[in-house]
Amino acid sequence: MIVAITATGDRLDSDIDPRFGRCKYFIFVNIETNVVEAVINSPTAGGAGIAAGQTLVNYGAKVVITGDIGPNAYQVLSAAGIEVITGVSGKVKDALEAFKAGKLKASGGASVQQHHGQSAL
Amino acid sequence: MIISIASGKGGTGKTLVATSLAISLRNEEKVQLLDCDVEEPDSHLFLKPAITVSEPVCIPVPKVDYARCTFCGECARVCAYKAIAVVPGSVLIFDQLCHGCGACSYLCPEKAISEEGREMGVVESGRSGNIEFVQGRLIVGEAMAVPVIRRVKQKINRNRTALLDVSPGTSCPVVNAVEDSDYCLLVTEPTPFGLHDLKLAVETVRKLGIPCGVVINRAVDGETLVNDYCGREGISVWLEIPLDREIARLYSNGITLAEGSPGWQAAFIDVYKRIKGVVNGIK
Repeated sequence: MIVAITATGDRLDSDIDPRFGRCKYFIFVNIETNVVEAVINSPTAGGAGIAAGQTLVNYGAKVVITGDIGPNAYQVLSAAGIEVITGVSGKVKDALEAFKAGKLKASGGASVQQHHGQSAL
Repeated sequence: MIISIASGKGGTGKTLVATSLAISLRNEEKVQLLDCDVEEPDSHLFLKPAITVSEPVCIPVPKVDYARCTFCGECARVCAYKAIAVVPGSVLIFDQLCHGCGACSYLCPEKAISEEGREMGVVESGRSGNIEFVQGRLIVGEAMAVPVIRRVKQKINRNRTALLDVSPGTSCPVVNAVEDSDYCLLVTEPTPFGLHDLKLAVETVRKLGIPCGVVINRAVDGETLVNDYCGREGISVWLEIPLDREIARLYSNGITLAEGSPGWQAAFIDVYKRIKGVVNGIK
């Protein structure tokens, strides 16, 4: 199973990027094989959440761990059956361990409005 | 002649100037006022026109034929506005992000995408006495003003002096509204914020190759920062409207400056004649 984590850097000890659509990197971790791949995110002026959701669909992710997520992105992810976990901060590797230990719970919807992360950082 | 009234900063008095110009000129010239501030058209509050024609503005948005779609994802890849996402078994279309460019339908290898019109605004036309009046109105919640502005501008009557009330800022709606004007009148206020945004507006209209002049609204004695800037840049300040409680009181009751006190009509006619001189000098 592939887990996607939004990150500010391209390594497992990078911090989680609180933004979904406008995060710096996606880190994809296959939790069976431990294969890790970091993909740089290049958000567009509009529709960043939708495009990021599409990226996760294309990579075959089944779970995403992030800070906040908007309604359009949530709609794409839920249509694709990707489990969305929001409100997570700290190091990518710690979030991954917490997920493996079953300590992270899926959120029931978007956690912020559209355009939330547009002016941040 | 087309004169657009823009500002940079919001709330500086574009509509005050546009409606005052229209009312002052109505017995001098054939006048048409077009409210291009389609997110919040408010010239009608002062001109109180009788609207006789109302036309919907639609943009084409994609519709997927699931009998043909193979979920290849090409439509999502080619969409410059990220308005489409393809997930297994479903194509998600985010109408409000769609610019109606047609790339998805044109490039779909299965010819599975057709287009259907989606109403996103309305253009209303009518008259206020001898002033021809047109306004665009974007449906609340819609993100794109430009298609509605373009439709408003198709109504420009070349046999009249067209006054365009433009939205604030310097983004796409402003560029599209101001484009093709013979002159742009920039309304500002003598505050650092007003000056900051005026500079952006001046840069924008200069890039568009449109001559511009300034009206300072809510002018206060001794506050010369806008005058100083205009002096340095060689921009004419055509009119200063004082910060005055009575002007505000009348305006808040739907009475624009030129209507509230007749002395201003002559001032606006004079501004118009001087602008006309500048435009004719260029031509």
